[in-house]
Amino acid sequence: MSLDTATIRRIASLARLTVTEDQLEPLAHELNSILGWIEQLNEVNVDGVEPLTGGAQMAMKMRDDVVTDGGYPEKILANAPDRAGQFFAVPKVVE
Amino acid sequence: MSAYAIEGSTGLWEVVVGLEVHAQVISQSKLFSGSATAFGAEPNSQVSFVDAGFPGMLPVINRECVAQAVRTGLGLNAVIHKVSRFDRKNYFYADMPQGYQISQYEHPVVGTGVVEVELSDGSTKEIGVTRLHLEQDAGKSLHDQHATKTFVDLNRSGVALMEIVSEPDIRSPEESGAYLRKLRSILRYLGTCDGNMEEGSMRADVNVSVRKAGEPYRTRCEIKNVNSVRFVMLAIEAEAARQVEVWESGGTVKQETRLFDSGRGITRPMRSKEDAHDYRYFPDPDLLPLVLEENWIAALRASLPELPDAKRARFRSEYGLTPYDAAVLVAEKATADFFETVAKGRDAKIAANWITGDFFAALNRLGATIETSPVSAANLGALLDLMADNTINGRIAKDVFEAMVETGKAPADIVEEKGLKQVTDTGAIDAAVDKILADNPDKVAEYRSGKDKLFGFFVGQTMKAMAGKGNPALINETLKRRLA
Repeated sequence: MSLDTATIRRIASLARLTVTEDQLEPLAHELNSILGWIEQLNEVNVDGVEPLTGGAQMAMKMRDDVVTDGGYPEKILANAPDRAGQFFAVPKVVE
Repeated sequence: MSAYAIEGSTGLWEVVVGLEVHAQVISQSKLFSGSATAFGAEPNSQVSFVDAGFPGMLPVINRECVAQAVRTGLGLNAVIHKVSRFDRKNYFYADMPQGYQISQYEHPVVGTGVVEVELSDGSTKEIGVTRLHLEQDAGKSLHDQHATKTFVDLNRSGVALMEIVSEPDIRSPEESGAYLRKLRSILRYLGTCDGNMEEGSMRADVNVSVRKAGEPYRTRCEIKNVNSVRFVMLAIEAEAARQVEVWESGGTVKQETRLFDSGRGITRPMRSKEDAHDYRYFPDPDLLPLVLEENWIAALRASLPELPDAKRARFRSEYGLTPYDAAVLVAEKATADFFETVAKGRDAKIAANWITGDFFAALNRLGATIETSPVSAANLGALLDLMADNTINGRIAKDVFEAMVETGKAPADIVEEKGLKQVTDTGAIDAAVDKILADNPDKVAEYRSGKDKLFGFFVGQTMKAMAGKGNPALINETLKRRLA
């Protein structure tokens, strides 16, 4: 697998990252090195092996349906770049 | 039934529809955090650091939300998967602070099921359910509060949703409406979602394509976020007509996401970018597999309430109701309970007639529901008793009922207060009949010379003379005797 600069541009845009034109080529090179390294895993035969989704061989713990959290809007809003009353305010999203 | 079809210039087109319904789960706290789910709280007051996507916060699943999904799956006659997983669905939006929605992609908690719907011609049809999965709701954006800013409230962020996906088995707007109403009825019976489309706790994405009979499926379009049963039906009609026009004018329907503009009755493409649907799903590394114990599922199954289909069948066999009355009475659980209270120990058909007739008409007129009705089930039952034991006749019962609607009083009190008790004293009836006959000698002569229809006139006059309180059977009997 090899990433071209067009793919890098698209990934960056999906992740909302600003990548300048002169950064594209070096980024493609770096990401391709990483992918190449990970592709070594393809050499392992995994026929009949269930995909591993975690390091622990256990099921998910569940909690009871009780309200134990929330109720602190000031803390939630404390780091907001902009707010209006108790709302977050963001540049207008149109759809 | 005759199949729904669109007549184009090249012949008839069939409509193919599949629905994705998002149903908000009824629970006290959110799917992965302990903050509250109640509707209408102050902005951002029911938000934890998990819901706000703060760094390092870990999700812990709510057992009740899983139970609600399993109950719903059982109610949809569906396969329950004992092992399922959660994935991250990545996209960027201002009201989704994590930058991804925790959802279930390849391994949903509920697999294939089926919903049986009743159509207006009395036929039934099975609509397949592909899957049901659990996922997080997003926050709420308010676009109309400020000229250049969007306001975001995260109270809804992280509330559990069930996404229920149907097979493309739906072939008409009517079938889509029947499916949505049936699904809503099942969810309400189960108590897993309030089904309130106006408040957004149930919303539908509608997949529509058209084809000629016998063809494989053609390209579909998805109409997002339709928020009423009626709009779903109208959106299908509008979108199918648009697609037929595109195909017949030599064009190609392109797979895209559209919105239904209810004001203009058309669908239009969403302005989102092409790559908005590249969700880059991957397993959520914060969450282990969801594993359900067989006996836990069995306990949930054992605690399910009687569902609409079973109740409808029972109403027909136990009470002898018509298929139509049974279907009307079971649509809402509150109505079914009301009926059973009224029918208990009484004539069930009379009870059904009163409820679907005068009672529903009164609720409609008042804009009331069963819960806010001024006439209780006990009082309506008492009214039927007064008729059954001949205290009042059927005509007076209608007046008493109207007074009950107005005052909320018990029928016996109204009958007492207004002196509406039926007159069964034969002396009084004889006297009234004799007076009517004496006052109308010409009519009596006409009747006796063969004008049978005049009998109704005599009954009406006698009843009027007795202020509507005469026993109809006794009046008939007396008139027949005197006119013979």
